[in-house]
Amino acid sequence: MNSTHLLKLSGLEAVIITASSNFVNIGERTNVTGSARFLKLIKEDKFDEALEIALDQVRGGAQVIDVNMDEGMLDSKAAMVRFLNLMASEPEISRVPVMIDSSKWEVIEAGLKCLQGKGIVNSISLKAGEEEFIKQATLVKRYGAATVVMAFDEQGQADTYQRRINICQRAYDILVHTVKFPPQDIIFDPNIFPVATGIDEHRNYAVDFFKATQWIREHLPHAHVSGGVSNVSFSFRGNQTVREAMHSAFLYHAIRHGMDMGIVNPTLLEVYDEIPKDLLERVEDVLLNRRDDATERLLEFAESVKGSTKKKELDEAWRQTSVEERLTHALVKGIIDHVDADTEEARQKYGRPLEVIEGPLMAGMNVVGDLFGAGKMFLPQVVKSARVMKKAVAYLTPYLEEEKRKSGVVSKPAARILMATVKGDVHDIGKNIVGVVLACNNYDVVDMGVMVPADKILDKAVEENVDVIGLSGLITPSLDEMVYVAKEMQHRAMTLPLLIGGATTSRIHTAVKIDPVYEGPVVHVLDASRSVPVASELINPETRPRFQAKVKEEYVALRKDHESRQQQKNYLPLSAARANKVKIDWTLSQPVQPQFIGRKVLKNYPLEEIARYIDWTPFFQTWMLYGRYPGILQDEKVGAEAQRLYADAQALLQQIILGKKLEANAVVAFYPARAMGDDVQLYADKAGTQPLQTLHFLRQQNQKAKDLPNFCLADFVAPADSPTLDYVGLFAVTTGVGLERLVDGFKKKNDDYSEIMAKALADRLAEAFAELLHKKVRTEFWGYASTENLNEAELIEEKYQGIRPAPGYPACPDHTEKKALFELLDAEKQAGIRLTESYAMYPAAAVSGYYFAHEKSTYFGLGKIEKDQVADYAQRKQMPLAEVEKWLAPNLSYSI
Amino acid sequence: MNIHDILKERILVLDGAMGTMIQKHTLEEADFRGERLKDHPHPLKGNNDLLSLTRPDIIEDIHRQYLEAGADIIETNTFSGTTIAMADYHLESIVYELNYESARIAKAVADAFTQRDPSKPRFVAGAMGPTNRTASLSPDVNNPGYRAVTFDDLRIAYKEQAKGLVEGGSDLLLIETVFDTLNAKAALFAVQEYLEESGREVPIMVSGTITDASGRTLSGQTTEAFLISVSHVPLLSVGLNCALGANQLRPYLQIMNEKADFFVSAYPNAGLPNEFGHYDQTPDEMAAQVEAYLKEGLVNILGGCCGTTPEHIRKISELAKKYKPRKVKQEVA
Repeated sequence: MNSTHLLKLSGLEAVIITASSNFVNIGERTNVTGSARFLKLIKEDKFDEALEIALDQVRGGAQVIDVNMDEGMLDSKAAMVRFLNLMASEPEISRVPVMIDSSKWEVIEAGLKCLQGKGIVNSISLKAGEEEFIKQATLVKRYGAATVVMAFDEQGQADTYQRRINICQRAYDILVHTVKFPPQDIIFDPNIFPVATGIDEHRNYAVDFFKATQWIREHLPHAHVSGGVSNVSFSFRGNQTVREAMHSAFLYHAIRHGMDMGIVNPTLLEVYDEIPKDLLERVEDVLLNRRDDATERLLEFAESVKGSTKKKELDEAWRQTSVEERLTHALVKGIIDHVDADTEEARQKYGRPLEVIEGPLMAGMNVVGDLFGAGKMFLPQVVKSARVMKKAVAYLTPYLEEEKRKSGVVSKPAARILMATVKGDVHDIGKNIVGVVLACNNYDVVDMGVMVPADKILDKAVEENVDVIGLSGLITPSLDEMVYVAKEMQHRAMTLPLLIGGATTSRIHTAVKIDPVYEGPVVHVLDASRSVPVASELINPETRPRFQAKVKEEYVALRKDHESRQQQKNYLPLSAARANKVKIDWTLSQPVQPQFIGRKVLKNYPLEEIARYIDWTPFFQTWMLYGRYPGILQDEKVGAEAQRLYADAQALLQQIILGKKLEANAVVAFYPARAMGDDVQLYADKAGTQPLQTLHFLRQQNQKAKDLPNFCLADFVAPADSPTLDYVGLFAVTTGVGLERLVDGFKKKNDDYSEIMAKALADRLAEAFAELLHKKVRTEFWGYASTENLNEAELIEEKYQGIRPAPGYPACPDHTEKKALFELLDAEKQAGIRLTESYAMYPAAAVSGYYFAHEKSTYFGLGKIEKDQVADYAQRKQMPLAEVEKWLAPNLSYSI
Repeated sequence: MNIHDILKERILVLDGAMGTMIQKHTLEEADFRGERLKDHPHPLKGNNDLLSLTRPDIIEDIHRQYLEAGADIIETNTFSGTTIAMADYHLESIVYELNYESARIAKAVADAFTQRDPSKPRFVAGAMGPTNRTASLSPDVNNPGYRAVTFDDLRIAYKEQAKGLVEGGSDLLLIETVFDTLNAKAALFAVQEYLEESGREVPIMVSGTITDASGRTLSGQTTEAFLISVSHVPLLSVGLNCALGANQLRPYLQIMNEKADFFVSAYPNAGLPNEFGHYDQTPDEMAAQVEAYLKEGLVNILGGCCGTTPEHIRKISELAKKYKPRKVKQEVA
């Protein structure tokens, strides 16, 4: 072959792809989207360890290393540059060429500026049209790199044979003829998609890929074909055997059709010849789309290679074991069916009910606790275990009472923990989960519920003689309330350990704000799984002093660190921050007038429709199962549990929908609006002459990188001095009406699992309703995006124009602004949502906020602000400075 | 006649060392300053490029000597003519002028020789050195991710240099003594950007430096990796210079010969430096070693680097006439 038409790459050494080269294996583990471990290291700033992953890959035979830093929480560009520079300093790594992998051009370009060798860009495409494509390709060539070209055009990703070859032909012609890009430096990625998904349109995906690959190699001279192989087996996540076989068989066919490079994890690859014949046949049936029932047959087989064919027989076998073993089994597996009978059998065997609890039941719960502690059981399972335990104890309770009455002896109490969601806050899912986990570990939990004032908590603690107090809260004002509780504990000269938990709490806040005001032990508990070890260390008199000293010491160090950080941050004076506002040319955009001015109420909205908009990922987070939906259902570690949880959730959701157990209400309003500095003035009339209400917003004050504005929500509204009249929308939704009745039913049955499930679902429904309503607003009520056409997944990813920020959240963290919002919406009367004294919404399954329509409007985090702005804000709001500082405490750059 | 066509017919001779020739004059601080920079607040002695402005007579004379010795291509006196290298002397502001003047001086002498004998046209190559910083290496061993200079710093600096060199009359641009390929890639990027914007076409030459017997550049690349890393630009020639004498350079030149789709250049040092840092390989000794290149047909352009003088170039020029140039296997225009 003509040597000038070979793909030649370089790191410190040359890599030349010839026709006789074996398949080029591209290392995939230095990719934050593909490797959880790599992502973690990068996020934790452990670049040195991350570098070792790159080294391992080279040592493992990777001929090219793919580097990807595309993750929402990362400064992808900075991370890319830093990692590539570090790689360059390790000759053993940098001897191979680099593939710069990003969906962002600026990240790619920054990466190209770090490579002395000839690398590969992954990727460019016709997605944003020819002009952009030509521009990027020209630069790739000038920087001296080869490039992957995705089969992607203005219409989207190619998913048929015809679309694949049409796009590749078009891209090739542009590259070779217009850009004069060397054809051998073009690597097409004709899209490897998952097969065996159960969806008919996906059945030919692999075949189409093979055919397209062959076509490219035959018709587009010198171009190469690559792809990310692990995609193909996505449906079988969690089943290594099947996945490895699929990858191997896929590669076997793809290579025969001309694929010559690929991103492959070598450890996820079976040797083709060693795939068992029956499995291979089924895998190839799927890949080659050879029979209609291919997917079903492979699924069936997948179940069997998981080793669960004998499941049915095993299911009943445990009933034949001893009563102790049966109880343990029921507790670990969360099986409630036989618990009364087994408990009765144990009672008769042990004679006294207390011995049943302290004997076999406790032994079983210890197994649960150990498995959970070791990460071998997951939270939903533990909660189900607790349900079994409670049922057993409930069965024994009459016998216990009877015995107590007869003997007059009070049994030895277990360690007792008081739990409460603080005053002003209504959120309790997390607290309930912690309560269940503690109960499972033999703690006696006194749960005071939600919105509990400090003195009630402390009185109760004394009255019940508890060993530990646990406080929970979700909204930011709760942080102050927790500080107040701690101060009161100090005032009362208490010495009880205080545990702090909940979504808004943090180790740093606990260290800086709570720990200094109370001399007793204060510990932030990150999640339910940490509650047991922390509680046990604090309750045991032998371990408590050392543990307390250790935590205090940690918090002192955190405080010092925090102080020194405070001094380093650079803030702009308010005037300078304002000068750097978001620049919008209002003469260019004519705001769309909403369909109505004033309120519109939606009562009893169909839950079925709302349910379609549920984002399930946070639902799994509530249950401490981490991973994105739907991938989490196939996760190797938690997939099986996630599937069970999901099935239970669906069942309850159906019950709620069919039984109309919850009521979904919403109120939405639009008003003419003008920005006046950082405030937005709303008007009652269409002409914008009668002032109605002023919304107050805050502006970012930290020093921004070049070209980045200091955001304020008011920037997204046309200012008073512009020729146009703009609009702002307001909304509040709830799906929590009726939840209390539903939950009470579960409480009566001691069914924590269903109780937490119902609350978690109500929360998800509220979010879903907010999403649905936002869509209706964009396309209908306000109608500024009437042609929008996004599916549910794209909605969850927020791919639309306009935002719906909520007071109390990062862009506008002041909860007190909800007051004006709720008055304008008349939300309590219209939708049945009221505000607590801390401005939490009740029912808790509620969402409220503003709508901004401008295409430049975007979510942001306010961050810390300076005193000049706080004073200005207090002035604007006509609120005493001290009060503003109290509400904005987490956002102050200074101490108060 | 176009240089491309000439290179197909014969071996072209590049000049020898500029620094070695300047050292023969005993120049003092005042020579470097001249009238123009007599009040410059920083020492300037040793800033050889500056002599194009302050002692153009010396530079012009050196060019003349090399042309008389038979050089077809002379290099401008601009090895350090970037804002990055000139920052050491606080002379960033004169960079454009320095490159422009250096090119103008060389072009005037070269044109005079071409006029004298049109059958042997002389060319001026605008010399673009590596700067004193590396874009892919950290100067701080404790901080390997650190970079003292970025691609964009280099691109901007090189673009200014290229503009001065081309507008001053350079026929070619020579990115040379490449010890960090990323610096060279920034230079190539800058040159392409400048040529595209100005609508000019100037052939580009690249010459790398193999630092020692490891056979790699300072930044760690093998000869072939270096070649691949600069091949995205349609170069006139690619080759090697400096650091090694002709004998030591030969194995790497063989790789260039074998792999490069462009014309190949070589301009080795006059042997390896002695313990005083001087090069004492005589013109005859060097010529004998270089003749091996010619016998093997390794090169299209041949000259000398550190320690070489017009006498060395005269010998090389006489030899070159006797041999056929290397054949380019796949010429990329």
